[in-house]
Amino acid sequence: MRPEWNEFVGGKWDHEINVRDFIQKNYTPYDGDESFLAGPTQNTKDLWDQVLDLQKQEREAGGVLDMDTKVVSTITSHGPGYLDKSKETIVGFQTDKPFKRSLQPYGGIRMAEKACADNGYEVDPEISEFFSVHRKTHNAGCFDAYNPEMRACRSSHVITGLPDAYGRGRIIGDYRRIALYGIDRLIEDKEEQKASTGRVMTDDVIRLREEISEQIVALKMMKEMAASYGCDIARPAQNVQEAIQATYFGYLSAVKEQNGAAMSLGRTSTFLDIYAQRDLKNGTFTEEQIQEFVDHFIMKLRCVKFARTPEYNQIFAGDPVWVTESLGGVGIDGRHMVTKMSFRFLHTLENLGASPEPNLTVLWSTRLPEAWKKYCAKISITTSSIQYENDDLMRVTHGDDYGIACCVSSMVIGKQMQFFGARANLAKCLLYALNGGVDEVSHKQVGPKYRPVEGDILDYDDVMAKFTDMMEWLADVYVNTLNIIHYMHDKYCYERAQMALHDRDVLRYFATGIAGLSVVADSLSAIKYAQVKVVRDEDGIIVDFETTGEFPKYGNDDDRVDVIARDLVKTFMVMLRRHHTYRDGFPTMSVLTITSNVTYGKATGNTPDGRKKGQPFAPGANPMHGRDSHGAVASLSSVSKLPFQYAQDGISNTFSIIPGALGKEDKVFAGDINVDLN
Amino acid sequence: MTKGKIHSLESFGTVDGPGVRYVVFVQGCPMRCLYCHNPDTWPMTDGTLMEPQEIIDNYERNRPFYTNGGITVTGGEPLMQIDFLIDLFTLAKEHGIHTDIDTSGIAFNPDNKPLVEKLDKLMELTDLVMLDIKHIDPEKHKALTSQPNEGILAFVKYLSDKNVDMWIRHVIVPGLTDEDEYLYKLGYFIGQFHNLKALDALPYHTMGKAKYEKLGMEYKLADTPAMGQKELIEKKKVILQGIKDRRAELNIPHDDSVMLDSTAEG
Repeated sequence: MRPEWNEFVGGKWDHEINVRDFIQKNYTPYDGDESFLAGPTQNTKDLWDQVLDLQKQEREAGGVLDMDTKVVSTITSHGPGYLDKSKETIVGFQTDKPFKRSLQPYGGIRMAEKACADNGYEVDPEISEFFSVHRKTHNAGCFDAYNPEMRACRSSHVITGLPDAYGRGRIIGDYRRIALYGIDRLIEDKEEQKASTGRVMTDDVIRLREEISEQIVALKMMKEMAASYGCDIARPAQNVQEAIQATYFGYLSAVKEQNGAAMSLGRTSTFLDIYAQRDLKNGTFTEEQIQEFVDHFIMKLRCVKFARTPEYNQIFAGDPVWVTESLGGVGIDGRHMVTKMSFRFLHTLENLGASPEPNLTVLWSTRLPEAWKKYCAKISITTSSIQYENDDLMRVTHGDDYGIACCVSSMVIGKQMQFFGARANLAKCLLYALNGGVDEVSHKQVGPKYRPVEGDILDYDDVMAKFTDMMEWLADVYVNTLNIIHYMHDKYCYERAQMALHDRDVLRYFATGIAGLSVVADSLSAIKYAQVKVVRDEDGIIVDFETTGEFPKYGNDDDRVDVIARDLVKTFMVMLRRHHTYRDGFPTMSVLTITSNVTYGKATGNTPDGRKKGQPFAPGANPMHGRDSHGAVASLSSVSKLPFQYAQDGISNTFSIIPGALGKEDKVFAGDINVDLN
Repeated sequence: MTKGKIHSLESFGTVDGPGVRYVVFVQGCPMRCLYCHNPDTWPMTDGTLMEPQEIIDNYERNRPFYTNGGITVTGGEPLMQIDFLIDLFTLAKEHGIHTDIDTSGIAFNPDNKPLVEKLDKLMELTDLVMLDIKHIDPEKHKALTSQPNEGILAFVKYLSDKNVDMWIRHVIVPGLTDEDEYLYKLGYFIGQFHNLKALDALPYHTMGKAKYEKLGMEYKLADTPAMGQKELIEKKKVILQGIKDRRAELNIPHDDSVMLDSTAEG
């Protein structure tokens, strides 16, 4: 074994690229509490003050402090950048200085230009010319291939948020590989992969060979970039500081080259803990030093920035990076995977203060150790910064080395990736069904000219039949639009850095999504259980509804309507699965809008549930605001009826609660999540 | 099975008893407490009829949430529907569910034999009674609630005889129920009972006001300010002192930890 691996238990991982095997053979589950944790060092405080000051300057400057307008960002395009070199234990910025946003035109030159222009900058004319005339972008490719129907759907927002002008993101490189194996070994592996491709040069083989070559270039550039910071990542990491640094360099390479909609980190903490345990045992570092490395790492993740347009920020309600890191969970051998490093990661919320980034996500299981559950509950209450995901549900499908991209998209690290596909607006689709494909806002014929509903009172069976037909159409145009998008993204904006940290043959999830689930469920419930009279305008288009009588509303643990929601998810997913998907993508669906529900609502007319034109949808799978009248458990119970196997890309529920409603002391909330109270 | 007249259901109750609880608000109450924040539960005529089994089914479906909790029946005045309560709790006990009644005790009359017999039965099925004593002084109690408090104080004695765990709740309203003299008296009174497990001093809040407006009712405490958290703690100490003094006199061991601090919005 290599000297860097001294004291590690060997296994498959020492002769093949297999990080999971390394983790399982070497990690130490931790059942204790948080009392071992160390506070921030003076250097950490000084650096964080600097970051806070930069954040303040950035806000005062209107949201952007500095932008690169000349240098197209690559892994090696910029020299090293620092906050304070003498104090940083983990180094590296996207450009040559903190808070300077990089120029990334491969997704689309117009988007890059607009992002600059809207913030008072101008892209160098030579760059603009180059990417308009000489080098095509992803965005240009998509619009070359779109048909008129796709364009119409895009304009009317029945399909919306499509990644055709920006990076699709949602691909997590296995950044840990760099720490464990070093770049040289990974290049060797990629060379072997390239040599192992088929001899008959079909499109697939040609594309794969070209992609692997790109990956090798990216790996070499990572090594060079690290060297510019004085770090050698050609070889494996020798200690926890080097392991964190190498992992971060991998992630940094990804965000230097991709302005993706979600650039997540993966599942690094338990991996890194193995190095920390060895260093603690050998006296290489103290707990305080290790926490300092983690604090500095997290600080760097909080400083990741992209150049984006106000419109983009509107869709995503802010400027999120989605640096999601998945913590905890349970292994398939039954041991939980909480380590001291899991605590150290959460502890950054105490040392540096609350923050939405990185998106620290606890993979929750009833079998997690009590002390960890309590610590999670405590940090949730004090910082509101933790996301929870159901490990017991996902482990069945994904095993114990998956991570979350963005907010809920699960994938096995280094073995699976995702084609992110935004979402279809089901509420609008329902209105199309009523109006025979005519858009209720623009009055344009967007969908097929099917027969609209007749008469004044909506009949449930009639509406369902028409809605089902309209969903069939929507699924078709949606999947085909995504086929174009991902073809072009691979062609013009390939994620070579992230894919270099994947196996040769990856499973590609073909992710789709739906918005407006609770609006549709309640609307159909109103049609079924109350009386809904339509109101037509002078053109005969249904623009409003008069509902009389009571009807059950999604979010109250009432099967009469919850079953409607459940069946909708299944119905649409089954429709999506019937279509050809690019690169044999495995179709999945999500119910997860966390913020964009506001934008989708804006583009959608009055709905039969009583929601008014322009009003926001509920986020994700949430019940509509104010309609869940039986308390949180009933509300969550409705959501939990949605079938994961038909929404494998994830179901989100945004849960806000005033502190007083959590009980009279913090412990009560802890009690809710199955902590033994004593 | 006797159906209950239900006002509403809350699936995530965290302030009505230990743990996370399924809370059943029954319809109907004879009291007219000036500060009541649920005046819509007063009329005996409204409410939705529900089978005890429906409530237990709802509970069972979401059982994992209630690991350390159970069912709380509040209202309204639960003891006005004692037959329903007996049926509901009989089922609850079959299902191993922790049962809790949040009551004013107003329905209690030690001379009403049939009632006491039913209560005897109910108490066998009840794990905890949260008794809300509105005021220790008979005159002031009447002014505050329109009802006398003799029966209520007798009910405390009854619970003690039955050895049912008891929490005493007391809403502290500025200018109405915050006089130290009476708070001490209250503590001194309840301090004698072995089955007292907790004191729940609830700060008066003004959130009920909007409800009165919506119902077109006059809100008599329109000018009364909410109870501050700091002051509340001071007031609570007065009650605790009363409890301690009485316990010292009677040689009842006083365990501070038993007096769980459940100070929060009521």
